[in-house]
Amino acid sequence: MSTTTLKSPVSAQAQPRKHTAHKRRTSPGWFLVSPSVMLLLLWMIVPLGMTIYFSLIRYNLLYPGENDFVGLENFEYFVTDTGFTPGMTNTLLLVGSVLLISVVLGVLISALLEATNFWGRGIVRVLLISPFFIMPTVSALIWKNLIFHPVSGILAAVWKFFGAQPVDWLAHFPLLSIILIVSWQWLPFAILILMTAMQSLDQEQKEAARLDGAGPLAIFWHLTLPHLARPIAVVVMIETIFLLSVFAEIFTTTSGGPGFASTNLAYLIYNQALLQFDVGMASAGGLIAVVIANIAAIILVRMIGKNLTQQQ
Amino acid sequence: MLTLKQSRRLQSVVLGALAWTVALILFFPIFWMILTSFKTEIDAFATPPQLIFHPTLENYLHIQERSDYFHFAWNSVAIAFGSTIIGMLLAVPAAYSMAFHETRLTKQTLLWMLSTKMLPAVGVLMPIYLMTKSLGLLDTKLSLIIIYTLINLPIMVWMVYTYFKDIPKDILEAARLDGATTVQEIVRVLLPISKGGLASTVLLSLILCWNEAFWSLNLTSSSAAPLTALIASYSSPEGLFWAKLSAVSTLACAPILIFGWISQKQLVRGLSFGAVK
Repeated sequence: MSTTTLKSPVSAQAQPRKHTAHKRRTSPGWFLVSPSVMLLLLWMIVPLGMTIYFSLIRYNLLYPGENDFVGLENFEYFVTDTGFTPGMTNTLLLVGSVLLISVVLGVLISALLEATNFWGRGIVRVLLISPFFIMPTVSALIWKNLIFHPVSGILAAVWKFFGAQPVDWLAHFPLLSIILIVSWQWLPFAILILMTAMQSLDQEQKEAARLDGAGPLAIFWHLTLPHLARPIAVVVMIETIFLLSVFAEIFTTTSGGPGFASTNLAYLIYNQALLQFDVGMASAGGLIAVVIANIAAIILVRMIGKNLTQQQ
Repeated sequence: MLTLKQSRRLQSVVLGALAWTVALILFFPIFWMILTSFKTEIDAFATPPQLIFHPTLENYLHIQERSDYFHFAWNSVAIAFGSTIIGMLLAVPAAYSMAFHETRLTKQTLLWMLSTKMLPAVGVLMPIYLMTKSLGLLDTKLSLIIIYTLINLPIMVWMVYTYFKDIPKDILEAARLDGATTVQEIVRVLLPISKGGLASTVLLSLILCWNEAFWSLNLTSSSAAPLTALIASYSSPEGLFWAKLSAVSTLACAPILIFGWISQKQLVRGLSFGAVK
């Protein structure tokens, strides 16, 4: 239904313009778009096709030449693998918690920044968004060695200061630690987007509400939050894409352990593929990741895809 | 009883202090990394952690001989710029045609491009790895340049598209009536007007390439390994290495951090696919 309502205004606009362009000379349109479209089409179809093919055959780099068709056997093995259930649970926990943390704190922090004008607001903004620009391997190792380290880490010092026994974060709370690291990287992204969105909120409208006697909380709830609906959806969508593939942070800190305690789907597939050389099973896992990403994408695009085009 | 003005000022001071606290907490790991990079290894490992110490440049001075830093830095630079240049050459014409010669399929094409970002990297790890291997491109800069271009292309097209959309059509129309060809129209009229937007697109692409750490870890080992991979090699440490790690990390992150600070507002447009400006 949404597509039909979408189409009509677009084609109504496009039609006359196309005609005038045609009169003068043929439109350069497709000639200029096609390189990008062709490349992206190849990028989507070829590897995906190969993944589907690999997932249906026996294909282990350690046993070359034995490439029989095995149907859904790879999927069966992947799903019944001891790592599968923890991998799936950890993926959902990781994506869910980081989304929750970055959206809730992101809204609160950007609202705090926009609430009043205070000394050094520009610097505060720069400090807040900085972690987003730190490369994943650096964030992971800095947190592992300078923050989480049970002997010389900052948290150990804080714990000792309060007379508590320092915690070996990555060994005892591996998933929580990964969630903290990844949230630290992605909360600034939410702040960056939401802060910019808040600045576009009509100040006069806010002033009018204030004069009508609305308190700051009422303004926040009835004016700011509805205005943020779309930016929040954008944050959720983009973070979901990246969070489903979190890899470097796990690779450089816990290697998915202890056991499978911090293994997510991405790391599990990497493990099957490049450590156990089982291409078939890794491909089956890869397809499962694709399906999950697409379920999330369909839901999210339904929510905001309409917004994206309507606004143009 | 406070006057309205006083209570507003008090509110501003309290909220300001709160904002500063949050910002300092979030920035702390970066601050601590920079500080540690000026410590000796002994100081870096000391308990309790030391705020006051004799700063040393030793970690930076020996960075090249210890980790062959410039080899990795050059790889990062070559890959990021290579991919960004190719990406811009593809994205600008595509965005031009979609913004100024709209057809019935334009919206669908844009949304479809966005949807290619939904393909998680792990989903195609195996075929890409095997293809790169059989083409002899494993551990080459070329393979990463191609992959990064394709990963970032949708974002770049969207970002340039939203900038082009803001330009009044009349300006191009005028150039066209003066007999400008499409190429002249783009090079002489469009690019000068939109250079700010294009510059932020370039910056965003550089940032994304510089920090990418899935393909760089999986497809390179030494000769084409960028800085992300160099840092990852510190995950299996020998002896005291905190200060060394911090110095390498600070150097690796500094350029991108500065890029990010400069272009923070413009990046929003690209990162949100034009939905937030």
